[in-house]
Amino acid sequence: MRWATRTGVHIDRAACAWLIRRHVDSEAEFVFADDLANVPEDAVPFDMRGADLSHHGGDCTFETILRRHDLADPVLWKIAELVHEADIDDERYDAPEAPGLDVLLRGLSMTSSDERVIEIGAALFDGLYEYYRRALLLGRPTA
Amino acid sequence: MWRKLERLGVARLGDGLVALPADARTAEQLGWIAEQVIENNGTATVWTATPATAAQEQAIATAMQADRVLEYRALIDQAGAALDASPGERSRIAARLRAEVRRVNRRDFFPPAERETARQAVRALVQQEETELEEAE
Repeated sequence: MRWATRTGVHIDRAACAWLIRRHVDSEAEFVFADDLANVPEDAVPFDMRGADLSHHGGDCTFETILRRHDLADPVLWKIAELVHEADIDDERYDAPEAPGLDVLLRGLSMTSSDERVIEIGAALFDGLYEYYRRALLLGRPTA
Repeated sequence: MWRKLERLGVARLGDGLVALPADARTAEQLGWIAEQVIENNGTATVWTATPATAAQEQAIATAMQADRVLEYRALIDQAGAALDASPGERSRIAARLRAEVRRVNRRDFFPPAERETARQAVRALVQQEETELEEAE
């Protein structure tokens, strides 16, 4: 399936692309459009103003996708806290890692194409997933 | 909604009209807030605009900077007052103030000298704590 989002990929879109590929559609192909009106008909828009898979009721798009697809995995919800704070920074969650994640993605987007940000972002989120999965199993941070 | 806008450090230009310096982050932040207003059956639009004169732009920047100066001064005062607090209490206050300074930094688009003074005031608190601990050993 094709999925569309805005150019200038930052934390929420990088995280959503990873989430979509890993947990919603392993064949996902991403295309970019700057406005909902320009999204190809066969593509599902996400993190675009006016799209269903977007910010809703204070949630960032990553959280919206988790809700829409009934993804209850606590590790994904832990990552959602980081993404939410790195993206919206409203202190809904206590996520001290968020500013670091924000800076990493911002720097990356300055030197890499959107496709590359999604690619490197995927490796980063794979790592984060594994880290928090182990931490959750152990009940404490792990190394 | 206004609290969210305040957190972003917006300049209030008029009734229901706010502004932030344009960059990728601020455009996105305002875009999502507008979306939320619309979701709640309100009306909001986001415009990229340029003041007609440099003087207008300067006046907005100066007002935004003055808002941050007040916030930094309040934190500098609190840090100063905490120098006399008990050691444990001082640590707690230093941690809280450091987080507060960081919060103000994020909405500080035209940094005044007080930005550095606030950072140093919190640093002084931490240093006093360290010095007293060393003396106690």
